Amino acid sequence: MPANPHNGFTNLGVGIGLRVPHYQHILSKKPTVDWFEIVSENYMVDAGRPLQILDQIMEQYQVVQHGVAMYFGSADKLNREHLRRLKSLVKRTKTPFLSDHLCWGSVDGTYSHDLLPMPYTFAAAKITAQRIRQARDFLEVPICVENVSSYAEFHQSEMTEWEFLSEVVDRADCGILLDVNNIYVSSKNHNFNPVDYLNGIPPDRVGQIHVAGHSKFEKYILDTHDHPVLDPVWKLYAHAINRCGPTSTLLEWDAHIPSFEEVHHEALKANRFVTNQKKEKHQIVGGQIRP
Amino acid sequence: MLAAKSGHSGPGAVKHKSAGGAGPRPSVRTRAELRELQSLMLEAITRKLTGAMTMQRIWKDGRPVRRLAGQFIKPNDRLTSFERLEIYNRQYWFRLLDCLYDDFPGLRHVLGEKKFLAMSQAYLAKYKSRSFNLGLLGRHIPRFLADNPEWAGRLQPMALDMVRFECAQIHAFDAPINPVIDEHFLRAGDPAELRLKLQPHLTLLQLGFPLDDYSVALRSGDSMHTEAAGERRIVAAELKPVPLPRPQTVFLVVHRYENSVFFKRLEEPAFRLLENLGRGMRVGAATARALTPVFTQETAEEWQEKVRVWFLNWAELRWFCR
Repeated sequence: MPANPHNGFTNLGVGIGLRVPHYQHILSKKPTVDWFEIVSENYMVDAGRPLQILDQIMEQYQVVQHGVAMYFGSADKLNREHLRRLKSLVKRTKTPFLSDHLCWGSVDGTYSHDLLPMPYTFAAAKITAQRIRQARDFLEVPICVENVSSYAEFHQSEMTEWEFLSEVVDRADCGILLDVNNIYVSSKNHNFNPVDYLNGIPPDRVGQIHVAGHSKFEKYILDTHDHPVLDPVWKLYAHAINRCGPTSTLLEWDAHIPSFEEVHHEALKANRFVTNQKKEKHQIVGGQIRP
Repeated sequence: MLAAKSGHSGPGAVKHKSAGGAGPRPSVRTRAELRELQSLMLEAITRKLTGAMTMQRIWKDGRPVRRLAGQFIKPNDRLTSFERLEIYNRQYWFRLLDCLYDDFPGLRHVLGEKKFLAMSQAYLAKYKSRSFNLGLLGRHIPRFLADNPEWAGRLQPMALDMVRFECAQIHAFDAPINPVIDEHFLRAGDPAELRLKLQPHLTLLQLGFPLDDYSVALRSGDSMHTEAAGERRIVAAELKPVPLPRPQTVFLVVHRYENSVFFKRLEEPAFRLLENLGRGMRVGAATARALTPVFTQETAEEWQEKVRVWFLNWAELRWFCR
């Protein structure tokens, strides 16, 4: 779904993550970019340079918030101070929706600073969905949850990851930030077919898509966001677009970050899949291939 | 919504299953059980690594960690439960150690790379992260070094000064800013009776070493201005080898101006005056107390002019707030 209640009825096109090494280029050259995704926690500060830059960026560009520390899957109560700061940022950015991960990462206020995998149980799905609803009620903005890359699975799981994701978003009535690179990474680490994953989630809840690069090791794959997107991931992206329709897409590049132009060029590769999908759709609707 | 699969849950379900030699396997069917699993895994991944940067093989109660991991982590065709858990254990430590490495380049140089790494591991084992903000990760290092002088040895005074200096810079980067006092406020009454608050981003530091000059010398071509422009982590690693400084008392203010972090060296009376204002003293009393050790009738005019210039300068830097 290009635009749906879960992404604030937006289809923003192809964006990239706003990263420090690109600040100067963006502010001085003002390149044409559909939108930027910001990591919320980097701007949940009292004052200073981060907020100044953010305000300058927002004068020119659409910004969407993406969080890394809400930990919807935690067994703890939601952190009220975190929510308060996040809401203040939501008011500042006027983000049409926000996203965070389907994971946990802290216990009793001790942080791992990691996106840790969930045991895929019905109880965990219920608790997670409850926390997403509570957060959305407080923040007053649609929420999408993102599937994470994982390197471990739990004996306790009662369903597949995609069944768990579907269960959570159905119970929470929220959207999905579909990270196709994460699906690919986890499929290799856990020996499942990534197409089954894509076919197993509700496409009408997908509010945004992430693509990224990863690193291969001898016995597993790590989600490192430090490479261009690999071909198998683009293939999954094409399949996702075919299922969901053209959807706001973002390239994540967080380590060994190259020039702005290189990152943006890599992101814009997504457009060819969107164009192909539109052609295919026209072919079906009109019965012929349009030029 | 998916329907609950038979045999997986329900009031009659067996709470623990055998894990094939791995011991009882905890279930995750309630919030309490989910919390228990997450507590156990967090404890496992935040445990110190071995000297070879691998996961410890023995749990705190003497059990093999592979048995513990086997209770909740599935193996696959390439990795054991232990190895899969170890990925998270190593990632945790690499991420947090990287963060301290970037945030404390000066302390790293004072202690040396090897000792800094060992100190960071010991510090993180004692002070786990309690905030989503990684910028706060090293906030307890001053206390940790003070409590554990063996890490710095004879360099303890310099190491303590350096970490206070670096913490002040981290604080200044994104600390709050309050409304600056305006002319109306200043003209409202007798200036000597005013109480002037200092901006929250200011830190006053009396150091036993000229660490401001030392920090500038460490940086290879990049000034503090670049660092403050949001690129602290990028320039942090590009440091020159510079001999450690000799003792010298310096008085510094670490502050933010136009969203960049600066440090400014002051003469002692000016520093004391700011200290007194920061404690809530009125301008007249704060000035009198700060100048008492140096004031003479012969130098009265000179000091009067100096104080006037200080206040002018500090007001321009917007250090005073309501």
